Amino acid sequence: MSIAADLRANAEVVAAPLPALLADAQHLAQSVLLGAHGRRRAGMGDEFWQYRPALPGDEARMIDWRRSGRSDAHFVQEKEWQAAQSVLLWVDGARSMDFASDKALPTKAARARLLAMAVAILLVRGGERVGLSGVGLPPRSGPVQLLRLAVALSDVSEAPEYGAPETRGMLPRSRALFVSDFLGDPAPVTAALTKAADRGVKGAILHVLDPQEEAFPFDGRTIFESMGGSVRHETLKAGDLRDRYLHRLAERKALLSDLARATGWQYHCHHTGQSAASALLWLFGALEHDH
Amino acid sequence: MFTLAGIGFTAPWLLLGLAALPILWILLRAVPPAPIRRRFPGVALLLGLKDADQQSDKTPWWLLLLRTLAVAAVILGFAGPVLNPDDRQPGTGPMLVAVDGTWADARDWPRRLDRIGVALDEASRGGRAVAIVTLTDLPPPDQGGDLPFQAADAWATRLANLTPRPWPVAASAVLEWADSLAGGFETLWLSDGLDHPWRADVLAAFEAHGPVRVFESPRPVLALRPARFEDGAIALSALRAVAGADQPVEVSGYGLDPNGVERELARATMTFGVDETMTDIALSLPPELRNRITRFQLDGIRSAGAVTLTDDGLKRREVALISGRDDREALQLLSPTHYLERALAPTADLIDGSLDEVLLANPDVIVLADVATVTEDEQAAIEIWLDKGGLLLRFAGPRIAASDLSRDTEDPLMPVRLRAGGRTVGGAMSWGEPKGLRAFAQSSPFFGLPVPEDVTVSAQVMAQPDPDLADRVIAALSDGTPLVTRKRVGQGQVVLFHVTANAEWSTLPLSGLFVQMLERLAVSTRPARATAGDLTGTIWTPDVVLTAFGQIEDAGTLSGIAGAALAEARPSLETPPGLYAGEDRRIALNVVADDTVLTPTVWPARIPVEGLAVARETALKGGLLSLALGLLGLDVLAALWLAGRLFGARTAIGAILLAAMIAPGGADAQDDSFAIRATRDVVLGHVITGDTALDDVAAAGLRGLSETLFTRTSIEPAAPIAVNLETDELSFFPFLYWPVTPDQPIPSQEAYGRLNTYLRGGGMILFDTRDADVAAFGSVSPNGRKLQQLAQPLDIPPLEPVPGDHVLTRTFYLLQDFPGRHASRDVWVEAAPADAQAVDGMPFRNLNDNVTPVVIGGNDWAAAWAVDESGNRMFPVGRGFAGERQREIALRFGVNLIMHVLTGNYKSDQVHVPALLDRLGQ
Repeated sequence: MSIAADLRANAEVVAAPLPALLADAQHLAQSVLLGAHGRRRAGMGDEFWQYRPALPGDEARMIDWRRSGRSDAHFVQEKEWQAAQSVLLWVDGARSMDFASDKALPTKAARARLLAMAVAILLVRGGERVGLSGVGLPPRSGPVQLLRLAVALSDVSEAPEYGAPETRGMLPRSRALFVSDFLGDPAPVTAALTKAADRGVKGAILHVLDPQEEAFPFDGRTIFESMGGSVRHETLKAGDLRDRYLHRLAERKALLSDLARATGWQYHCHHTGQSAASALLWLFGALEHDH
Repeated sequence: MFTLAGIGFTAPWLLLGLAALPILWILLRAVPPAPIRRRFPGVALLLGLKDADQQSDKTPWWLLLLRTLAVAAVILGFAGPVLNPDDRQPGTGPMLVAVDGTWADARDWPRRLDRIGVALDEASRGGRAVAIVTLTDLPPPDQGGDLPFQAADAWATRLANLTPRPWPVAASAVLEWADSLAGGFETLWLSDGLDHPWRADVLAAFEAHGPVRVFESPRPVLALRPARFEDGAIALSALRAVAGADQPVEVSGYGLDPNGVERELARATMTFGVDETMTDIALSLPPELRNRITRFQLDGIRSAGAVTLTDDGLKRREVALISGRDDREALQLLSPTHYLERALAPTADLIDGSLDEVLLANPDVIVLADVATVTEDEQAAIEIWLDKGGLLLRFAGPRIAASDLSRDTEDPLMPVRLRAGGRTVGGAMSWGEPKGLRAFAQSSPFFGLPVPEDVTVSAQVMAQPDPDLADRVIAALSDGTPLVTRKRVGQGQVVLFHVTANAEWSTLPLSGLFVQMLERLAVSTRPARATAGDLTGTIWTPDVVLTAFGQIEDAGTLSGIAGAALAEARPSLETPPGLYAGEDRRIALNVVADDTVLTPTVWPARIPVEGLAVARETALKGGLLSLALGLLGLDVLAALWLAGRLFGARTAIGAILLAAMIAPGGADAQDDSFAIRATRDVVLGHVITGDTALDDVAAAGLRGLSETLFTRTSIEPAAPIAVNLETDELSFFPFLYWPVTPDQPIPSQEAYGRLNTYLRGGGMILFDTRDADVAAFGSVSPNGRKLQQLAQPLDIPPLEPVPGDHVLTRTFYLLQDFPGRHASRDVWVEAAPADAQAVDGMPFRNLNDNVTPVVIGGNDWAAAWAVDESGNRMFPVGRGFAGERQREIALRFGVNLIMHVLTGNYKSDQVHVPALLDRLGQ
């Protein structure tokens, strides 16, 4: 196969989910009404924030003469600070995400990409800069960045069995969003979050799970295999394992939740059986209101 | 055949396979159930978890047991188990199955057929030819000694046709047949258990051809001898073949009740004493009951021997004797009825009294001895009685001779006209000798009776030689003058003896012939079994015949037999047992005669005799293999359950399919479409009357009313439904329209029960007699009468014509009358309670209860409402605009009616009075 043809085929593979992902994400993003995206303090921006008495040192052109004319003092009009933030997304691309228990349900990966893309759209629309960690896509703003994000998210290259968060390229005091099932080793997650907290990065953890992973509705003699097949566990009575599995899952959730609280992050568990819009709303709020 | 604990095996070597079961057990234990592979990302959380219970490592013991049992059942099944194996060595060569086939066989006939079936099975297995011969129904003699040998299978198909006969084996025929047998064969003789003179000879004949086996029922043969009349009671005797312990038997008498329905009229228990073979009982019954009895039978025994038909011998005729000379103080021997009394007293019930008194008793025979005059009332009563089958027997005498009775015109109560005076022959004052009797003509009921020489007639009344005299003479003197004449009147007859009933005019009453003549005329009944002489010259045709099972069947077109032959007859093919009818009499020929004695068979010791309790060989192979299949099916389910796959979608389908295969025939799906259709919307119903045109009009009328309701009110009914009162649930319908036709069927009791529940539960029925144009309510029009019939069982409260303040007049429209196609004002509804009072100033009484359950009228509302499919009116109402106005009012009545049904007396509520007052302009 020639290089050109290979490229073309790969491009098709990449392009195939792109419009759908974008369109779905746009559609999902429409459901969130985007308000003023100010920083709630005086600074550079277009929106009026407050009048303050002119102080020595203020330039004369900064004085708001219309307001000053109604009184004896001089006032300076301050604008709301609207400086753009950079948000770094990490979407777990591991094999374990590629799982859906039912044909009617999306895979965890699809849901994760959709939510990440929708958040990106909302953030870009709000003037923020959005980047994707791990694939070297630094935070930028603008619609073109959305296309780049879509391409990067749709990359279905070889992936490990379970994913670990990537903290390279994380700017100090920026924001981050980790989307994963967090079923793998929790140590890298802990490390990444600690490192992020060290840099003053705050953000949100979205824990995406399939309903079957939450319910463990199995019985009888079963061999469980990971999606890649590298991890397996055989049991004779799967039903007996349910309680212990659920206990471990709860422990994992508690671990993530505690970690998030300790580092000033926010944690949310989302099931693919639930509506994506609710998760998006939570995400938007988490990234918006956390200061 | 290898036998183990009563079960034989056709392939016993296969049982060795059972030894392999422990090996199977070990093998199965070693193999755990196969695991399922599942992709599951959460496996990372499972790592390191240990199974708490290691037992399921191996197949559970109960599943092992299930499988082992299944395999064991398969091994046993293929080993060919047979329950009750027959170990006898099967014979070879042809086999004769001889069946007595008499009435004594009938009681156990199905079991005998079973025994023959077993024999046929054996013969079929051995490939032997079989001949089945019923000794009461022998093969025709022209076949000679050739037995009808055929393959056993061919006989098996015809086995059901084998029936016993209600007569014993004819000794001469069976001996002749037994002598003519040829060839060698084994004999299986199914004996009826009764000994007969021919049995030993036939047994010897069978034994000459081969071994003989005998089968007999262990149940004793019971029989009932004919009922006799003795000392004013019915004497019954039951027989049993084998003496033994106490044995009670129930005997019942059956006959027609006054309504013509056969029922049990008498019942008694007879008990055989220890070692007795016969028991007697005397039943004393009222004559009315006794004369009705047609048969006695031993209860619970299906055999002709246990049934005895009764005939005239048991009947006691009621004879009323009326003489015209009661006033004469005379010697007994001169009494006109003395000889009659002596002749009839043993066999008939005599009634004394005046004519009008005895007519009330409705006797069979009235004897008028020299009675010349009867009153007109009596004559009319006698004529009616004659028409119904009475026999009026008159004797002449001095009074009749002296009277003008039947002189010029024939008296209705006399068979002939009489000449004045009569005649006297051979007396002191006359010439000639007393006359003897001429032999009876063939047409006479007395034909065949011998004429004694010493019967002479010295005086008689003379018949006028009318044209039909010759037909009416049934006995004549030697010179040809009539002695006894007879005339049919309706179903009855008038018979005149032209002599006196005493010995004044003739010696006839002194002779035995007199009694015989009375008997032939059915004035008296014979006391016991008729002799050949009694019945000579008569022809008797079978009326009903008995089957061997004791059932009574119509004789059909069997030919009649001569009386002399019948008197001597024993039941046979030519004279089947039954009831034979002669001119006015009936004679029963019963299977068991008065002198029948039941003797049990005694077989020589060399003959093996078996009872009928045959344990049939039962092959268990099919059952065991089915058991194995069922166990394996259970195993499938259990294995699925163990593996956690029982409730997956595909396995569920499979399990359902499996269950469907194992248990064929699913539950019937309840058809709820009618209920859904009737309850999805408000639906008006009309009762199906069976008259298609009327039902169509009713449907069209309700359709028109439904459309009107739909357009004008908030009631939006669906299409009306025809309601079958017998099958449909009524409670779905708030309103039923019931048109009345004279010829519609009356609903069943169950339907009425449901109708009453419906009416009590708030339903309403609009009865429409549709004849208000010609009949007022309650009149006797056909529809009105039918309505009364229909409504009789209904729970309908008191009715009254719709009062002016009834809520029907204002539930939607304000109406004053309720026309349909007819404009009668006769519409009736439930009456208001008596205490309903009108308050001053209020136009309506305070009636706030209940919806009237019925509205009854005859205005043919459905026709006024009816629209066809395209919405056009189907029937004209009235004339011109006034007619259209009437139709409009009719529709308004319909609207009001349905509103009343659905809203009850809401409009009667006094809250609305001010608004209504306002609209009423008060």
